[in-house]
Amino acid sequence: MAAPHTLADTAPPRTVDPGTENPTSNRSERRLPALGKVLGHVVLVLAAAGLLLPFFWMVSSSLKADNGVFSIPVTWFPDSPQWGNYAEIWRISDMLVWLKNTVFLSVVVTLLQLFTGSFAAYGFAKTRFPGRNLLFLLYIGTIAVPWQAYMIPQFIMMSEAGLTNTPWSIIALQAFGAFGVFLMRQYYLTIPDELCEAARVDGLSEYGIYFRIMLPLSVPALASLALLTFVTTWNDYLGPLIYLRDPDLWTIQLGLKSFVSDYNAEHALIMTGSVLSVLPIAIVFLLGQKYFVQGIATSGLKG
Amino acid sequence: MSTTTVGGSPGIGADRTKRWYRARRSLQGVSFVLPNFLGFGLLTLGPVVALFYISFTNWNVFGKAKWIGLDNFTRLFGDTSFHRALLNTLYYSAFHIPLTLAVSLGLALLLNRKLRGVAFFRTAAFFPYITSIVAIAIAWNLLFSRDAGPINQILGLFGVTDPPGWTASSDWAMPAVIIVGVWREMGYYMLLFLAGLQTVPPELHEAARIDGANAWQRFRNVTLPCLRPTTFFVTVMLTIGSFKVFDLILVMTNGGPGQSTLVLSQYIYQKGLVENRFGYASAISVVLFALCMLVTIVQFAVNRRRNA
Repeated sequence: MAAPHTLADTAPPRTVDPGTENPTSNRSERRLPALGKVLGHVVLVLAAAGLLLPFFWMVSSSLKADNGVFSIPVTWFPDSPQWGNYAEIWRISDMLVWLKNTVFLSVVVTLLQLFTGSFAAYGFAKTRFPGRNLLFLLYIGTIAVPWQAYMIPQFIMMSEAGLTNTPWSIIALQAFGAFGVFLMRQYYLTIPDELCEAARVDGLSEYGIYFRIMLPLSVPALASLALLTFVTTWNDYLGPLIYLRDPDLWTIQLGLKSFVSDYNAEHALIMTGSVLSVLPIAIVFLLGQKYFVQGIATSGLKG
Repeated sequence: MSTTTVGGSPGIGADRTKRWYRARRSLQGVSFVLPNFLGFGLLTLGPVVALFYISFTNWNVFGKAKWIGLDNFTRLFGDTSFHRALLNTLYYSAFHIPLTLAVSLGLALLLNRKLRGVAFFRTAAFFPYITSIVAIAIAWNLLFSRDAGPINQILGLFGVTDPPGWTASSDWAMPAVIIVGVWREMGYYMLLFLAGLQTVPPELHEAARIDGANAWQRFRNVTLPCLRPTTFFVTVMLTIGSFKVFDLILVMTNGGPGQSTLVLSQYIYQKGLVENRFGYASAISVVLFALCMLVTIVQFAVNRRRNA
């Protein structure tokens, strides 16, 4: 299938940062009629409200008493915030274990993805060997195959290897994805070949070029990949659901889901748990926002 | 491709050194790819190939795989739950794809203008996409509550006296899931469109304007054609994404009420990992796989013809 080639071609060029307005187009946009501008702002405000209200409601409900979550009319700001919910949840659930497991998995997967992904990407972008393009095609081709389609054979394989019900199953599953290779290759392609040639002439080995030239140059791309991988692993539900049956191994997503079934009437506490599961991601996102945007714009591939 | 041919070198000795040098370079190249490829080949490519074999077998946890030919597939024809899952997947896709496309493109066009608060909005739009499905599904489920849920209360303000039962009703559960799906993903695709819009040359717009084209004509004849690669890419990814929808449904409705939101991925999960009927589940997987391939290939063909 011709998919890979075109997928790679359609990815927007890396240098374009959607965060910066195009100066030439601003000139024309300034002529936007006043009415259009007002209308635009109205739509923006409405859309922002629609996007953020569920989160706001989540936080506000986490500070209510259980019977206050479904009040008529809706209370957006609870009168007496129940901060106790945030202490209570640690006492009645294994939140700490779940968080620890999730952090461990996310960190290990991210490190492995970064290393094997960028290493392979260098091979695909800057070295030549027979069959290189065909191999890369296989990588890209699998992006069109949903994981759900091959999760059964993968599961059989993992259980044959005795890896089910261990963290290694999730690590193996996530650490070698095609995504990291693709994203890093896109970045390396923008680095001029002459740089590598010059280094080769100077007697640097391929490994030397990778470690001493490419890696330092690709820190922004590595940051994008790291953040996207971390967030994906943190949020993964299906993988842990299939592989981690033992409650001691549960991640925050599994834990939260089981908490909802166990305490299904305690809406406020459920929202407290939800906030706690989202909070680390929110912080990571706010810190690394720029790299998220770059990573998505570069690749347009995830999920 | 990258086959190395040595042509017309002066001396045999130099030729041999060159060839050795190239072989060494090739080997080094392979060594870069190998660590990742070992994992990828074993855990992704292998299972994809194995899938087809398993789909022709009768295989449960206990015992060996037994070749039964097309039996699994013929059984699928008569399986009403499978029909339901297939139809529901198409139902979800038929709304999720065009809605997400329209909303994300619309927002991207809006954000491409110079408006106050654009930077904040870009961040806000992206946030649902990176938060966990479990947390947002739980929050939305409560928002959708039939009696005192905030959404039905808001609908009441607009004079809706008999609001939908959402996830509790077999008619409204799928629309509820679709709404959350669009809400979650629009920021991501908006970002892709935004990146695409930055590549539209402003001179083209200027020229069209001088020729007297109005805003709609400029959108149709300048922006859309320039955006075609992005639109194409977004459509392909959205389609695959919709066909494999699972987590959201599992947490929000668990396929219910009844089977009103049962989708293919979930049916695979149920047959394969709950009931341990590996062969039958693999046959459903093959259908999902074929569906994705078929649609992707059609989209590529249409795209190519348009570009020609």
